[in-house]
Amino acid sequence: MAKITAGVGSSHVPLLGVAVDQGKDRDDYFGPIFAGYDWTREWEKAQKPDVIVLVYNDHASYFDMNIVPTFAIGCAERFGICDEGWGPRPVPDVEGHPDLAWHIAQSLILDDFDMTIINKLDVDHGLTVPLSMMFDKPAKWPVKVIPLAVNVVTYPVPSGNRCWALGEAIARAVESFPEDLNVQIWGTGGMSHQLQGPRAGLLNREWDNKFLDMLESDNDDVRFIPHIEYLRETGSEGIEMVMWLIMRGALGKKVKTLHRHYHIPCSNTAIGHIVLEPDN
Amino acid sequence: MTDMTPSTNIHEYLAELDDIPGTRIYTAARARKGYWINQFAMSMMNAENRARFKKDERAYLDEWDIVEEGKQALMRRDYNALLDLGGNVYYLSKLFSADGIPFAEACSTMTDMTWPEYRQMMLDGGRSPEGNRSIKANAAAAAAAGSK
Repeated sequence: MAKITAGVGSSHVPLLGVAVDQGKDRDDYFGPIFAGYDWTREWEKAQKPDVIVLVYNDHASYFDMNIVPTFAIGCAERFGICDEGWGPRPVPDVEGHPDLAWHIAQSLILDDFDMTIINKLDVDHGLTVPLSMMFDKPAKWPVKVIPLAVNVVTYPVPSGNRCWALGEAIARAVESFPEDLNVQIWGTGGMSHQLQGPRAGLLNREWDNKFLDMLESDNDDVRFIPHIEYLRETGSEGIEMVMWLIMRGALGKKVKTLHRHYHIPCSNTAIGHIVLEPDN
Repeated sequence: MTDMTPSTNIHEYLAELDDIPGTRIYTAARARKGYWINQFAMSMMNAENRARFKKDERAYLDEWDIVEEGKQALMRRDYNALLDLGGNVYYLSKLFSADGIPFAEACSTMTDMTWPEYRQMMLDGGRSPEGNRSIKANAAAAAAAGSK
């Protein structure tokens, strides 16, 4: 039986990918950010997950305004790397797990989630930066990845409550897959940041840490935070944090915190990172 | 109403999104208005298009169904005006890249700060949410202060 053994939350700021690609990840600016991922890199080497359900958003890279799926699942054998305007990142292609991805897709639809199924997809920094943060620069990614793309750009985006429930349904889907697989779920994006308008540059250390505390808790209050609170408190792009709730929802009522990291700033953004284990 | 599933009031939801100072949430109304501005921006991910745009911006923009105000704002790189016309920052960022400027520098042009000032603000912990949460709350606080 396949099982979700851990959840990882992480920011996916594109500049972190640039830092890795250009070898700047241990300089004075980026060093403190990457140091907070050292623990996780060692832990991942020991965990050896088979598959990661990687919740992320596309930043007008592969998707444009012609099609805006709220929840989309990548069922392909392989995913290419997007050219985001300055050439694709020099990272390996991402290998999928079509058997598990299609199984999850079917199971989610039967559980009332109206998923969009994608059989051709290039992935952008939202997906590749977390892989770099957790696995550095391998010649080949050491895991298979099921991309789960969430619309957090065009409003209304899905509610936190819906994201949490989707996570629960993903956990059920994984557990009904007959093959023995060690599966992790990652929620990415955030934390506080605003990239537009006269209020650009907003960060909120206090709120971000309250959010991390709520993820660690064994109640589910965090799923009921309304969109407007994310927007007022954490900036217009802080709404990406709803994607962390898909990860948290998949871990069940109680979790154990294995690792936590927070750093301000990276470019316009507050960096947050957490590793949680189901403890039910 | 006889529905048994709870629902959200769309009007109240949308009104709140417009109550944040210095912020344009990318609502359906903005997405519709800015459709061609954003699709133009997406075209900047192609090297051949970038070269044609750089050679003659006006001629390239005239190939798109963008309102004149939008074309002018694009040529001025007036990103706040473009947000008002329905541009979205993830789309507009393709133009930042075509111009070869960092994302954060482009963000600084939407604020009242220079790029060095903005960069320093970020290093110092970013902009505080204090006084930046609600247009209505700010107006109420200003009125209360005025009546004292």
